[in-house]
Amino acid sequence: MLRVRVIPVLLLDQGGLVKTIGFKNKIYIGDVVNAIKIFNDKEVDEIVVLDISASKSKSEPNYQIIKDIASECFMPLSYGGGINSLSQMSKIFSIGVEKIVLNQSLLNNRSFISKAIDLYGSQSIVASVDIKTNFFGKYKVYDYIKKKAVYLPVEKYIQHIENIGVGEILVNNVSLDGTRLGPDMQIIKKIDQETTLPIVYCGGVGSFQHIVKMVKAGIRSIGVGSYFILYGRHKAVLINYLTSEKINVLNAIKVNS
Amino acid sequence: MITIIDYDSGNIGSIVNMIKSIGFESTVVRDSKGLDGASAIILPGVGSFDTAIEKLNKSEMFSSIINKVTINKIPILGICLGMQLLTKGSEEGDGLKGLGLVDAHCFKFNTKGLKVPHMGWNEVHVKKNSIYFDTTIQERFYFAHSYAVTCKNKADILTTTTHGHNFTSSFLHGNVLGVQFHPEKSHSFGKKFFESFLKDIDA
Repeated sequence: MLRVRVIPVLLLDQGGLVKTIGFKNKIYIGDVVNAIKIFNDKEVDEIVVLDISASKSKSEPNYQIIKDIASECFMPLSYGGGINSLSQMSKIFSIGVEKIVLNQSLLNNRSFISKAIDLYGSQSIVASVDIKTNFFGKYKVYDYIKKKAVYLPVEKYIQHIENIGVGEILVNNVSLDGTRLGPDMQIIKKIDQETTLPIVYCGGVGSFQHIVKMVKAGIRSIGVGSYFILYGRHKAVLINYLTSEKINVLNAIKVNS
Repeated sequence: MITIIDYDSGNIGSIVNMIKSIGFESTVVRDSKGLDGASAIILPGVGSFDTAIEKLNKSEMFSSIINKVTINKIPILGICLGMQLLTKGSEEGDGLKGLGLVDAHCFKFNTKGLKVPHMGWNEVHVKKNSIYFDTTIQERFYFAHSYAVTCKNKADILTTTTHGHNFTSSFLHGNVLGVQFHPEKSHSFGKKFFESFLKDIDA
């Protein structure tokens, strides 16, 4: 049976590794390649690197850093940030990245995406969907560049991007980002019912028990930020991952359906 | 020379990285001439079956690969879509013929209640002993695919994997080796696999 995937999700800002809270309040963590090396030695399931400054500054992806990261990754690597053309994608895939994460281009510039899916296969294209609760506690799709909710209800948007033909969806819960308050199970279950695509849920994980809770609910792919890079009340930088004992616990969990 | 075929079909870089990390050199080639010095061929691939076959045809790689493997007996390793290209054909696309180096076909996962693509780490169950898989431990590898292979000749199957149902996750037919998973992205399990494949190759 397909094993549970627990995936460190790392944020790049101007070439440095950072962590945010609610997509704000950036904390500088350190050198990203060094962090990747440590995660690789710990044999993590997979890794996601998102450059949160590339689209904002309308700059090209930082190919040199992506290359340095890829050469240290003997596990699947997804990269997102600043991608809006086939030629950029071709460059990034040839460097050694498995999956490209699209966010802004799904909202604003979809013209090249179906061609990309035909060329590289749906399993190579990940749709990143940021969701955030509004004043009334209702989830909306959030545009992190415009810093506002876009009109679509989350469920509709999920169906919509499934129809485009992407192979996976990365859902980031902005309201819980960096809070370690635990995942919002209600919205996770709701989204999961909308699609047969694999979904990686990110946002809110602050303990092993949070991950256990998600796996018990049938969620098989879990993205983790803060919990794997910061430690303790004072948020000291400590790159860490689940022990193999804990991973075995997750894979032995029977799902209550 | 260990020769990796590049037909604009994705993550060549990670295969080059992996081979380098276990101490071998490789070369990436884009046309049939490049296959001349090959002591082993690696056929990677992501994307759709028909697009890949069309590209191999366009660069005249299609017939060169078949010649190298059947006449010169050069070992070939197909990875992911590369494995599927070694078969006779796939349900995907309009029915272009595969390389036909092994008697097998590709089918789409029956999606009912199943997450597709089959994406993530899964176990392989050894059906036939070989130098490629260690039966003393439960090995696992990274998969990412929506179509899977069934071998007509059961004797060609090295391992099977379960996603909804069993499919052939690796086959070996003479010098033709195919793996559905990505050994280049499977940590120590993948390293061991490449070491076994490259052990007797004249690099």
